[in-house]
Amino acid sequence: MTAEEIHAQLAAKFGERIGPLMPPNKDSWALVNKAEDLIEIGQFCKGELGFDCLINLSGVDWPKKNQIEIVYHLYSYSKRHQFVLKVQLDRTAPSLPSLESVWKSADWLEREQYDLLGVEFRGHPDLRRIMMPDDWVGHPLRKDYKEQASWHNIETTRESPLDGFVRLDDLTKRKAAATAAIVPAAEKKEVLQ
Amino acid sequence: MSEARRGTGPEPTMDMTNKEVMKRIEYTGDMLLNMGPQHPSTHGVINFLVQTDGEVMKRAIPEVGYLHRSLEKIAEKCTYNGYMPYTDRIDYIAAMFANQGWAMAIERLLDVKVPRRAEYCRVIACELNRISSHLVAVGTMSMDIGAVTPFPYALREREFINDLLEELCGARLTYNYLRIGGVAFDLPESYGDKVLTFVDHFEKILVEFNRLITYNEIFVQRLANLAPISPELAIEYCLVGPNLRGSGVKFDVRRDIPYSIYPELQFDIPVGRGELGVTGDCWDRFWVRVAEMRESCRILRQCIAQIPEGETMAKMPRKIKVPEGVEASVRIESARGDMQYYVIGGGENAYRCKVRTGSFTAMGIIDPLSRGLMVADLVALIASLDVVAPEIDR
Repeated sequence: MTAEEIHAQLAAKFGERIGPLMPPNKDSWALVNKAEDLIEIGQFCKGELGFDCLINLSGVDWPKKNQIEIVYHLYSYSKRHQFVLKVQLDRTAPSLPSLESVWKSADWLEREQYDLLGVEFRGHPDLRRIMMPDDWVGHPLRKDYKEQASWHNIETTRESPLDGFVRLDDLTKRKAAATAAIVPAAEKKEVLQ
Repeated sequence: MSEARRGTGPEPTMDMTNKEVMKRIEYTGDMLLNMGPQHPSTHGVINFLVQTDGEVMKRAIPEVGYLHRSLEKIAEKCTYNGYMPYTDRIDYIAAMFANQGWAMAIERLLDVKVPRRAEYCRVIACELNRISSHLVAVGTMSMDIGAVTPFPYALREREFINDLLEELCGARLTYNYLRIGGVAFDLPESYGDKVLTFVDHFEKILVEFNRLITYNEIFVQRLANLAPISPELAIEYCLVGPNLRGSGVKFDVRRDIPYSIYPELQFDIPVGRGELGVTGDCWDRFWVRVAEMRESCRILRQCIAQIPEGETMAKMPRKIKVPEGVEASVRIESARGDMQYYVIGGGENAYRCKVRTGSFTAMGIIDPLSRGLMVADLVALIASLDVVAPEIDR
């Protein structure tokens, strides 16, 4: 099925709850208006539309729009078609139902987004940090993320080895300028003598 | 499954640490083992918390993140061309594919058409890399389960490929060979002949390898019927690449979502058939990798015969700019399976880059599969899934 056909079926079933098919400039996607509908829509996608695999789940932070966007890439191995669903969440307290009960691969993919973006997946059986240490502060993929200064007495920053670094070109130029400044003075001395 | 996972302790909360999660498992006299992070058979720095009853595992919880280098965050900080060397570090055993995924994602964002000769150069480099990656996979897998001989056998052949790739791009491991819009260097003089000499030599070695190891009676007894993954389970957990095909699902991104010049090439997709055990057991996954190396040889022969003359770089601006908010996702068939780049453009550097790698999702299946296995079989299971630690953590 093409993206248009998939979207038509979704719109016929869910009506207003699914947004329009968005610009097909690269990959067309549809917005799920309310995060609460996700499980129902996910089960419909898996059951009726044949999307047996959730191949990717990414989160995008948009501070300008005060949104965090969760992007679901679905693929069907049985019917060989794909579709993209998006959910937009409030950036201050992003929270949405977990799809772990629909697709098992969501387990680790959701844990990753929870860790890196601080999105709460309600109903996830094992929502722990996965990449960062358990006692890490903050969520690194947020756009306004500031790294903590140290972690267990290990500094997270270090001096740049390039501080005070002078390019070879600049060094030769400086030397040339220095000699050029000295030579006339020497000549003057000779004249004086 | 989620019921069993919760154990019998208190309900999990958001701020529980790993140790507290382990404490939730009711004390039953079981042994709790840390396998890793530094362990020779975990293929990198991964930790497994193993709960065992004697030699039988009750479950193994993978703990990853030791090699997290925030490569997705780095992508937001540097230019599109400047990110290319970083992609090498996503998967150091098959770096060429990570290069290709990134290049293809940006080309898709900009609608760049890559010259045909460059596409051939890419495929030649990638297929060489696929053979070398699979050689490491089968070599280390046999070493992990106790056979030392195959490892030097495999690595000896891999040396030839490393030499070939070094001649092509100057590096033996982190290639940085591809560019957005083409490749960095054209093929060196008489490179095709060298590749063909290697392929001729290697195809004979493969026959020997099969006789010596793949169909070895001891080897088969050790791996057949071990930790089988049904096709439904493999798809449910989003296993990709050789792991998925080992379970009998005939899916290959090169064939089913064609990219580059793969539609013009003739090659088969080997799938596990349960030849010596159950479909989707460890031996099937091993066999699929060996069979894929032969297919890669076929692809290499065709590429060398068909490669056209011409440019190796498309016309690209010095500073690549992508309008903000435009997004593209690209799937390629890496040595470890379907690798997806999801990139959102944002001026001179990417706004967001998400890399979904095969090893990451493969790790998710270890916990449910490990229940009831022997401790020694966990090693075989990890090796058969061919996970590479930096690719999990990125």
